[in-house]
Amino acid sequence: MALLIRNGRVIDPASSTDEVLDLLVDDGTIREIGKDIVAGEGAVADEIDASGLVVAPGLIDIHTHLREPGEEYKETIQTGSLAAAAGGFTSIACMANTKPVNDNAAVTKFIVETAAREACVNVLPVAAITKGLKGEHLAEIGELKETGAVALSDDGKTIASAQVMRLGLEYAKTFSMPVMCHCQDEELSAGGVMNEGIPSTYLGMRGIPPLSEEIIVARDIAISEWVGHPVHIAHVSTAGSVRILREAKARGVRVTAETAPHYFTLTDEAVAGFSTSTKMYPPLRSREDVEAIKEGLRDGTLDVIASDHAPHSTLEKEVEFDKAAFGIIGLETSLALSLELVRDSVLTLSQLLGKMTIQPARVLGLDKGSLRAGADADITIIDPEFEYTVEAHSLQSKSKNTPFLGRQLKGRAVYTIVGGKAAFSLNP
Amino acid sequence: MVMLGKDLLGIHDLTPDQISLVLDTALSMKEVSAREIKKVPTLRGKTVINLFYEPSTRTRTSFELAGKRLSADVINISAGSSSVVKGETLEDTGRNLQAMNPDLIVLRHASAGAPQLLAKMLPSSIINAGDGAHEHPTQALLDAFTIRERKQTLQGLTVVIAGDITHSRVARSNIDLLLKMGATVRVCGPRTMVPLYIEKMGVTFVPRLEEAIEGADVIMMLRIQMERQRGSLFPSIREYSRFFGLNREKLKHARDDVLIMHPGPVNRGVEISPELLDSPYTIILDQVTNGVAIRMALMYLLIGK
Repeated sequence: MALLIRNGRVIDPASSTDEVLDLLVDDGTIREIGKDIVAGEGAVADEIDASGLVVAPGLIDIHTHLREPGEEYKETIQTGSLAAAAGGFTSIACMANTKPVNDNAAVTKFIVETAAREACVNVLPVAAITKGLKGEHLAEIGELKETGAVALSDDGKTIASAQVMRLGLEYAKTFSMPVMCHCQDEELSAGGVMNEGIPSTYLGMRGIPPLSEEIIVARDIAISEWVGHPVHIAHVSTAGSVRILREAKARGVRVTAETAPHYFTLTDEAVAGFSTSTKMYPPLRSREDVEAIKEGLRDGTLDVIASDHAPHSTLEKEVEFDKAAFGIIGLETSLALSLELVRDSVLTLSQLLGKMTIQPARVLGLDKGSLRAGADADITIIDPEFEYTVEAHSLQSKSKNTPFLGRQLKGRAVYTIVGGKAAFSLNP
Repeated sequence: MVMLGKDLLGIHDLTPDQISLVLDTALSMKEVSAREIKKVPTLRGKTVINLFYEPSTRTRTSFELAGKRLSADVINISAGSSSVVKGETLEDTGRNLQAMNPDLIVLRHASAGAPQLLAKMLPSSIINAGDGAHEHPTQALLDAFTIRERKQTLQGLTVVIAGDITHSRVARSNIDLLLKMGATVRVCGPRTMVPLYIEKMGVTFVPRLEEAIEGADVIMMLRIQMERQRGSLFPSIREYSRFFGLNREKLKHARDDVLIMHPGPVNRGVEISPELLDSPYTIILDQVTNGVAIRMALMYLLIGK
């Protein structure tokens, strides 16, 4: 049955489209985009009046943690997908640090099949580069790809050995698998619980220096150039990393990078109250870093905004700060926090949506992230003016570990359409 | 009227007036400890729990004596002999203790912010007896009291804090208090033991001890933790002692009426040479005596009314 979305401001960064248009969807595919579409009599079952709303390609989050298999009490593939849909995401890539680790075809198959059965958005497994995320032996990358893994990452860990990283990239290149790098020198950051900066000096807590990130960003870019296979740098948090990436891109190196909304929204001063929902890896950084992240987004050094959605229960979070797990949830707050960049004139709305649609699609080599006739009907309809307060009980995610509880946000997805079907609508 | 809040979590939360209030109150408390009958009924019927997750002799004894001299019922719990070894969380331990209606919990814990966690959760008063490398407010208050006894005021004094600043809660609380009360603070130690951004706290960093103590009124030497040598924060005890330990030769750079302090326990011959330890410059035992008075004052101000 067909769906007609009328009079929305259609923004498709991939084709530089930004005008009021209609959009006709049928059989899970976009059939037509144009002015005043007239569908045949009786052909349209449903119509959405999108006047005053933005019609965008379905948002893609290439960095989430869904915790299934193994830690279903924090999140499942199903609840994670509900959170994604509520946040406007039609596709999410989930990292490999589940229990067991997604380092073999059986786990990838489990994720793919569970998602097909229970998830309301597209779930794209990211598999481990090395077995058990141990940084020693390569995972069976060929078979992982065959089973449905879309990319490789040891996220949560850095492959400490440059030699293993080189071999991993070479082997990934053999199978044309994108590689996402978690960058952290684990000796420099050992024991650290927050950014090494002025607040950590006052609080007496062990710092994680920006250096521990930057040294591995530089290393992984160097290995990538040597091997001739691109890398994607995950969750960039420091001014130094932005500078290293900018210089590499200027030299023509094929490298992409993402940051997360908390890295351009909060600083390490937020840690002063010892709230464990300000603890994540990499940590919240200084004001100067926040400004550099925004500049990196503005000038294109940072290609993608990803949530690094990392659910944890009260068991991991309602404890002493230094004993708490790293990570915060983000799927349901990403879009509104990112829209702040548009209101602050850091990005145009089209540039922002590009970093949440076509650019992440390109990093993973997905045929998604664009509105055109014939494309999958993954569509997010956004009300940029919608105001709401983040409240624990209204979050779809099983976990509530976010520093944004109680915060007034502006802008949210009102319809999330996956394969032509509404996975979420604000007023059902 | 100046008062304290529900808890004493750190010097960070105190105003100069509140600090003065504690120091002034401690004066009359010190007098109690000098009597033949060292007990007043002020806190009769009140319950104080010393909850210590880290080993401590001096601080725990000091709090216990303080409570007892004010006639409170004092109970000591140390991590080794409690449900902590059975895996109970700090929150649950706190809730269970609260169920027995204590008036005050004195907490020492290895995690920065642990007293804040407890204070937010429990209606009873909390005193921070040291949290990680964050704060040790009662130590800073007793140090201030001890300096004031000798120098009448903190205003305008030059105080040097030397040693492992990075891992020292004593240093952090003292820096905060001394600056609030108008003193000038220099910190000294090898760069590996001094935070990169220390000067943002409002102190001057002088790496060499001879230069740091030039004209100083007070020198606070911090305890060196021998195990830090394995982490290569310093090459050897011998080298540390030679360059960062205080001895008679180096002391020539300070004022003639300089005071030498140490939060204890001292590594004899490492931070301070034995001859200086036993010299009239050194007022370490005064610090210990005054610790009881300061803790009595705090208990009185928090739960005595």
